[in-house]
Amino acid sequence: MSNIPSELKYTASHEWARLDEDGTVTVGITDHAQGLLGDVVFIELPEVEAEIEAGAEAGVIESVKAASDIYVPISGTIIAVNEDLVEKPELVNSDPYGEGWMFRVQPLDEEDLNELLDADGYAEQVASEEH
Amino acid sequence: MANRTPLYEQHLKAGAKMVDFAGWDMPIHYGSQIEEHHKVRQDAGIFDVSHMAAVDVKGEQAQAFLRYVLANDVAKLQQPGKALYGCMLNEQGGIIDDLITYYVAPDYYRLVVNAGTREKDVAWLSKQAQGFKVALTVRTDLAIIAVQGPQARAKAVQVFTAKQQEAVAALKPFHFAECDGWLIARTGYTGEDGLEIMLPVSKVADYWQKFLAAGISPCGLGARDTLRLEAGLNLYGSDMDENTTPLESNLAWTIAFEPASREFIGRTALEKQLQQGVKRVLVGLVLTERGVMRGHQKVVAAGVGEGEITSGTFSPTLGYAIALARVPANMGAQCQVEIRDKLLPVRVVKPPFVRNGKKVFE
Repeated sequence: MSNIPSELKYTASHEWARLDEDGTVTVGITDHAQGLLGDVVFIELPEVEAEIEAGAEAGVIESVKAASDIYVPISGTIIAVNEDLVEKPELVNSDPYGEGWMFRVQPLDEEDLNELLDADGYAEQVASEEH
Repeated sequence: MANRTPLYEQHLKAGAKMVDFAGWDMPIHYGSQIEEHHKVRQDAGIFDVSHMAAVDVKGEQAQAFLRYVLANDVAKLQQPGKALYGCMLNEQGGIIDDLITYYVAPDYYRLVVNAGTREKDVAWLSKQAQGFKVALTVRTDLAIIAVQGPQARAKAVQVFTAKQQEAVAALKPFHFAECDGWLIARTGYTGEDGLEIMLPVSKVADYWQKFLAAGISPCGLGARDTLRLEAGLNLYGSDMDENTTPLESNLAWTIAFEPASREFIGRTALEKQLQQGVKRVLVGLVLTERGVMRGHQKVVAAGVGEGEITSGTFSPTLGYAIALARVPANMGAQCQVEIRDKLLPVRVVKPPFVRNGKKVFE
């Protein structure tokens, strides 16, 4: 069973999003996703200051097994990326919700987060995928 | 339901992530395939390979039969206790499987064949055995495990009986010893020193636990694949199949054309191919930029033609991607690989990529 923290929001493409106190949104991929990928070896992250639209490709994550696109959960501007992942991509496997965070977005509208799945909704999706 | 080896429960106990491999439920890893890879290069790892099949070939004409169905010559095995790697071909010179032949006694050889091809191989061998005084037995009573790494033999030996210890103490590479129904060979598929052990199914779960207790780490098929690719070893079904000959698969060295009088299945086709010139070859590729080469990606050599990656992966020892690819025979030292619509430059190198834990090529 994968870990699905209840306070986060989720996308159907297995990203998680967290609204922080300063109004920015931190994004990564879920425990379920990192388990499916296997050992991560390279990550291509978006450019800081890039303006992005919800649902667009933000980067690529390469594991020993496969390459997978990372999608942006909400529209806004990229204000930070996790540089640690360049040297230590394995953080995505070992700590997907913590040190494995990928990028931070200044959202156009915080309310957009309500469009995303909550933990129960994501859990249901994961369960249905396993059949 | 998929097939399960006698170690299925042990894998679950050790926290394995199980996947289907050729119709068998097998462990892909027990946590991290990269960590398992490093364990084998630096220390000792253990693999369950009981999905592969041991086929005993016994009888007056065992040697004559094998000299007919195999492209390498088992007559090279002059003393019992020696093993030989090579291919079994069809009439067109295409590879039916690659396998190891163990010379147990005059009139007794054992073949170990791949999991995905075992039924096909046994059917082929049975058909070709018509007219030879020989009997074939698939040893479903045996399990097979491999312990590999610089510390593998030293750690495994702690678990052996005094008799087994004596039997393996003086084993040279590609030699084996038999002891109380076990066959212990100094062979492997990782490029490291180690042993491959065929033992009774009834004993394997117990010994698996003993090897783990001796400090040998369980390793899955994920690590097995990155290790063998670093070692430049082909994987049947990916790097070669019935539509490729050994000459096109970097396996010319496994064909024994001498003595010229030895007739073997596929000989004529291979000789014809040599005469006409081999058009495609299997080479090694290295990508030092960020990215991973994967099977079926296109290889482009400007002015020469195109080829295809047959196996690709991230090399944990080197820190970048390596691959085997089938390309035009006259391709040079540089070419490009198409990865997600981009052409990236790669270097051609002669496998293996890693030996004794270190990069081999310049």
